[in-house]
Amino acid sequence: MGIIRAKEVGYSYKRLNDQGEVESVRQALNNITLDVAAGDFIAILGHNGSGKSTLAKHFNAILAPNEGTLWVDGKDSRQPENVWDIRRTAGMVFQNPDNQIISGVVEEDVGFGPENMGVPTEEIWRRVEESLRAVGMYKFRRHSPNKLSGGQKQRVAIAGVVAMRPKCIVLDEPTAMLDPTGRKEVLKTVGVLNKKEGMTIILITHYMEEVVSADKVFVMDQGEVVMEGTPREIFSQVERLKSYRLDVPQVTLLAYELRKQGIPLPEGVLTNEELVEALCRVRAAGEKQFTENGESV
Amino acid sequence: MIRDITIGQYYPAESVLHRLDPRTKILCTLLYIISLFLFQEWTGYLIATVFLCTAILLSKVPVTFIFRGVKAIMVLLVITVVFNLFLIPGEPVVRIWKLTITDQGIRTAVFTAFRLIYLIFGSSLMTLTTTPNQLTDGLERLLGPLRVFRVPVSELAMMMSIALRFIPILLEETDKIMKAQTARGADFESGNMIKKAKSLVPLLVPLFVSAFRRAADLAMAMEARCYRGGSGRTKMKPLAYGRRDAFAYLITVAYLLLLIGVMRFTK
Repeated sequence: MGIIRAKEVGYSYKRLNDQGEVESVRQALNNITLDVAAGDFIAILGHNGSGKSTLAKHFNAILAPNEGTLWVDGKDSRQPENVWDIRRTAGMVFQNPDNQIISGVVEEDVGFGPENMGVPTEEIWRRVEESLRAVGMYKFRRHSPNKLSGGQKQRVAIAGVVAMRPKCIVLDEPTAMLDPTGRKEVLKTVGVLNKKEGMTIILITHYMEEVVSADKVFVMDQGEVVMEGTPREIFSQVERLKSYRLDVPQVTLLAYELRKQGIPLPEGVLTNEELVEALCRVRAAGEKQFTENGESV
Repeated sequence: MIRDITIGQYYPAESVLHRLDPRTKILCTLLYIISLFLFQEWTGYLIATVFLCTAILLSKVPVTFIFRGVKAIMVLLVITVVFNLFLIPGEPVVRIWKLTITDQGIRTAVFTAFRLIYLIFGSSLMTLTTTPNQLTDGLERLLGPLRVFRVPVSELAMMMSIALRFIPILLEETDKIMKAQTARGADFESGNMIKKAKSLVPLLVPLFVSAFRRAADLAMAMEARCYRGGSGRTKMKPLAYGRRDAFAYLITVAYLLLLIGVMRFTK
């Protein structure tokens, strides 16, 4: 059984009018069933309003499902006594770096989680150092977060979660407010945590380029999981992704268009290197054909 | 530019005063302030001056920084001096039109002015050598006993430190909103006081909206990191009294006793 398991999970937001009566109900999640294996790098894709952030909040027990059940490390998130254990197991990083840093000094902010958990002082210091090193922000430990760049702030936020020693980190669009450099920094950090520390990563995003290295991708649309598979499986279905208002990475799109023009390229090309290699093979095959038949391709 | 604003007026330096426990600094400053109201004679001022100067020298804070604090109370200072100068009855010294300055008036004016300035010097010295975070921690511990009366001391301290963290962010945001509105023709500069105040309303509304949104986000982020109020938390930087704190208390109490002794003696 995986570290996070959802069975037919549904969640709806109720809009109340002034009298406190239910005015309208919006189904944000509908019949979601998924299973995340420990140590995996999972990406959840979806355009705005597809319910992906609502789902992320379920992983951390900020929200509890109206229907169905969600287990984090075997604990039912609807039971109030499990809430704090779940939050310890699945740490969460939010979109806006400014709104999740609590303290005016980097190291104190990283220490906030362990402080809440009642970790002894010396152990807090050890964890703070360790997690700041893991995200490459150790030399900024005495700085004020206000003077850091967006990417650095987000790395501090990640360190703050790492210091709680979770088994799983949920990142809810951590790069949406960052510039390209900051995005790269954050993704690299997340990748390292996954590979080196073996942490389960759940990355929620709408940037396609960020999911290429994931082990598994879930695509969400209108509160439902509509596609599930490896990045290669997902990105080979360009037309279907377009119908969910999602773009595929540029290379994949280029390969797709070339294929449509009749150039024999494999489906689901994900990286520049792959495309170059495939194109070289096509050319080599073409030359071979040329020498055999005496005509050009 | 607006990013660099420091809240409070901490002056970073390596000195004995900087290293003292914030609790020591708060309590000693309190004792010092009380001491200023104990005497009326110049001997008292002499002792207080020696004490204050020693503290300033030990703190390694440039004197100009300490003088800055006086600027803030300049108006108060002038009013106090003027009132004391003209309204205290006694032996007339100078007569200008209907106003008389008496010898008693001059004496009281000068002493009151010095008392006020010393008060500001002492308390600035504390805030200059203590970071806002340390101050918050110190207050949290000192007010700790109030928990008996159900005062949520830890929560208040947490609120204070969060406020400190968000002041520069909100300032930056104000700056941004102002620029955005100036770009669309808003005018914050011209007009009289009332007009200027009115022009701030459209600035405050978006600022409040965004502050509330931030607060909601932050509350969620804090909960996600297992925050559930003050109880059961441990401290990353717990306050601990050292030998130098005992020493500081000793000196301050000795100063206070000396002052009281001298007052008794001269009477």
